[in-house]
Amino acid sequence: MSLYTSRRRTNVIATTLCWTGTVFGLAWLVLILGALIYEGARGLSPAVFTEMTPPPGATGGLLNAIAGSLVMTTIGVLLGTPLGMLAGTYMAEYGRYSKLSTVVRFINDILLSAPSIVVGLFVYTVVVAQVGHFSGIAGALALGVLVVPVVVRTTEDMLLLVPLPLREAATALGLPRSHMLMRVAYRAAKSGIVTGVLLAIARVSGETAPLLFTSLNNQFWSTDLNAPVSSLPVVIFQFALSPYKDWQQLAWTGALLVTIAVLLLSITARALSSQGKNK
Amino acid sequence: MDAGFNRQTRDNSVSDLAIVDATPRAAEVDRGKVLGRMALFDFFFHNLTRAAAVLVLLILGGVIFSLIYGSLPAIKAFGLGFLTTESWNPVTERFGAVAPVYGTLVTSTIAMVIAVPLGLGIAIFLTELCPHALRRPIGVAIELLAGIPSIIYGIWGLFVLAPFLQQHVQPALISLTADIPVLSSLFAGPPYGIGMLTAGFILAIMVLPFITSISRDVFDTVPPVLKEAASGVGCTTWEVMRYVVIPYTRVGVIGGVMLGLGRALGETMAVTFVIGNAHKVSSSLLAPGTTISATIANEFTEAVGDLYTSALIELGLILFVITFFVLAAARFMLMRIEQKSGA
Amino acid sequence: MTAMPVVEATIPTKVSVRDLDFYYGSSKALKSISLPLYTHKVTAFIGPSGCGKSTLLRILNRMYDLYPKQRAEGEVLLDGENILDPHIDLNLLRSRVGMVFQKPTPFPMSIYDNIAFGIRLYEKLSRSELDGRVEAALRGAALWDEVRDKLNSSGLGLSGGQQQRLCIARTVAIQPEVILFDEPCSALDPISTAKIEELIDEMSERYTIAIVTHNMQQAARVSDFTAFMYLGDLVEFGETNNLFTAPQNKKTQDYITGRFG
Repeated sequence: MSLYTSRRRTNVIATTLCWTGTVFGLAWLVLILGALIYEGARGLSPAVFTEMTPPPGATGGLLNAIAGSLVMTTIGVLLGTPLGMLAGTYMAEYGRYSKLSTVVRFINDILLSAPSIVVGLFVYTVVVAQVGHFSGIAGALALGVLVVPVVVRTTEDMLLLVPLPLREAATALGLPRSHMLMRVAYRAAKSGIVTGVLLAIARVSGETAPLLFTSLNNQFWSTDLNAPVSSLPVVIFQFALSPYKDWQQLAWTGALLVTIAVLLLSITARALSSQGKNK
Repeated sequence: MDAGFNRQTRDNSVSDLAIVDATPRAAEVDRGKVLGRMALFDFFFHNLTRAAAVLVLLILGGVIFSLIYGSLPAIKAFGLGFLTTESWNPVTERFGAVAPVYGTLVTSTIAMVIAVPLGLGIAIFLTELCPHALRRPIGVAIELLAGIPSIIYGIWGLFVLAPFLQQHVQPALISLTADIPVLSSLFAGPPYGIGMLTAGFILAIMVLPFITSISRDVFDTVPPVLKEAASGVGCTTWEVMRYVVIPYTRVGVIGGVMLGLGRALGETMAVTFVIGNAHKVSSSLLAPGTTISATIANEFTEAVGDLYTSALIELGLILFVITFFVLAAARFMLMRIEQKSGA
Repeated sequence: MTAMPVVEATIPTKVSVRDLDFYYGSSKALKSISLPLYTHKVTAFIGPSGCGKSTLLRILNRMYDLYPKQRAEGEVLLDGENILDPHIDLNLLRSRVGMVFQKPTPFPMSIYDNIAFGIRLYEKLSRSELDGRVEAALRGAALWDEVRDKLNSSGLGLSGGQQQRLCIARTVAIQPEVILFDEPCSALDPISTAKIEELIDEMSERYTIAIVTHNMQQAARVSDFTAFMYLGDLVEFGETNNLFTAPQNKKTQDYITGRFG
């Protein structure tokens, strides 16, 4: 067999493996989404959105869990976004060349992929253990901590993309950097930063581990953020591992809802950012 | 535009410059005052942003500090023995980290063995082989999948994958390997469905999108002219990848793999559902086990007694230290590839 | 090698550069530059690329302060005050010394806001006063007639030449004393270029102007004085007519006759 034929053969084998790998890899993902839609949709009914989580053996819905997730995610995002934007602004602007920025950038990248369960332990030690009980506030704080690194990263990246001439032009008018940022740079970077915030929301809305020992769970409707609050991911976790068929069905339906929310957020973010690029 | 503006009458005989001249120059003093105010705001804003940056540092510091603080009782009680003890007994309050650390390492290894070649293969497919029309949709789909919460993978693993493996795959594995020395102990015991192998599978599916999208981004940093040059001397697609693209991007690919490893090590929900939560070290991959994060997730709220809680927090500390080094190494490598492509 | 500035006793000096050195890190980009900018005159900086002409311009409003490891030594006096003094209010300086850049840089906002933006920062005006000032600035940049009906549309929608005049209007609107042009026509077509040159000529009645250009004909057309620079040195400075017709220095002669650069 000539060298050329053997090279050709290696190439065919390798490329075939790549093709097969892709089909194989994507097949799993299709299977997961398929099962999720099939199992989740079976349990979809108005009751899911109007009734509380049921006791074992009874029927009910996910209303308190949905509401709890919405409230805690909102608070978490409201806490984490300003902090992240300010820190990202420092790194891209005032401290662009400083040591502090280099260190924060490194630390932030670590936080970005650090296990979220560790963040839960952190908030547990700092808040829950000190106050003496689980609370919605603690859950929101944990989510806030998870929002920060995503927003820091995108804010910095987006501000760095603002063209240099535009900054210089604003500076040449005599604007201090803060005014240049407020009037010019944030505007230019707006769609990118919004994208980052949406991705952060998508990330935290499915987070379970940090909520397990911060907000815990609550079977009933609760507006008291100083008490345990129910959330979709935690309910999914508990119900899925339970032996009751009704609970397991609710877990699937909850999982479907979370996935739809996350996918919608990511798709919106993507559309926004590609729109921003075309401008 | 408001209507009043357009209604203003204009004397066109006056030259443009005369109009400019007609407006009085703002008094110098006023401008200084305004600028003084702006400078004050700038000073405030500058320090505000710096405080925020420092706060991000403090959060990480706080995470480390709180974990150490929380682990102190367990560290005092068990010392280094914590790392070498297999027993995990809440009744006698004897705790050791061996089983969860072992489970974490085994499941992550399984995940990487499956996901790394697959992820690289898909990345190669996307950058080199995929028809252009499909490139974007598949790329986007993979990125979207990377964002799906891990609890989804967990629930699927529990209700779909585990029963399937139990009925169809594991019995076959057991009987096929029964007479082979090493493999028979790897795949020994009754098929539970749940266990370390299943957990590793789920982890693999979970980190696959990460590894794929990072490798693809890294492959894209190779200057096209380099690939063209290689094709120009007659290299096949595979040879271009093997001898040009992969060597050029090696550091970045390793960084991406480490990032995936970091995810796999710290992943909680996908694993907790299917690991079986058994505190023992077994040689069989089919046996139930536990991981650090699964132990914490399963037991933390039910832990009675300070020592129990503290032992769980110490587990968290160990997990954090491991992932910190893995992630730091990953970032360091990705930074190097960024510099390379920037230069 | 620095030619001593021509002494023009009759014209007051707005800016006086004295023994100016400039460094990017450890490399020296300007070597002991001394030259005047005369009040209400146009001074052109010419020379081959890398000669330091843009660097010199960006010192006059201390734009280089945005970047690390860049520093200037010597004196630059604006009305007798040294602007290199570290205690000087940079923003006040920049409001007095405006700058127009190589590429048009409209802000991502409406045409009206592009102009009103700078004015609002410094002065509290009623809506009608502000409208008047915006109109005056746009007329001053010969742009009013082209944009009067679409003041609320985005500045990014204008043509390149219009965008550049918008930037000039924006600079003029905050009433600076000196205006720096950094190759303002290099991204424009010939017709837009002619309009801007005409504008610069008119503006010199009210402002002291410095312009960097790589186009010698442009320098000859718009400037009263010209500085020829080469590799960080000021080779020759003089009245534009004299410099182009009877250069004193061999290098200047070679450059303006197109023998290098």
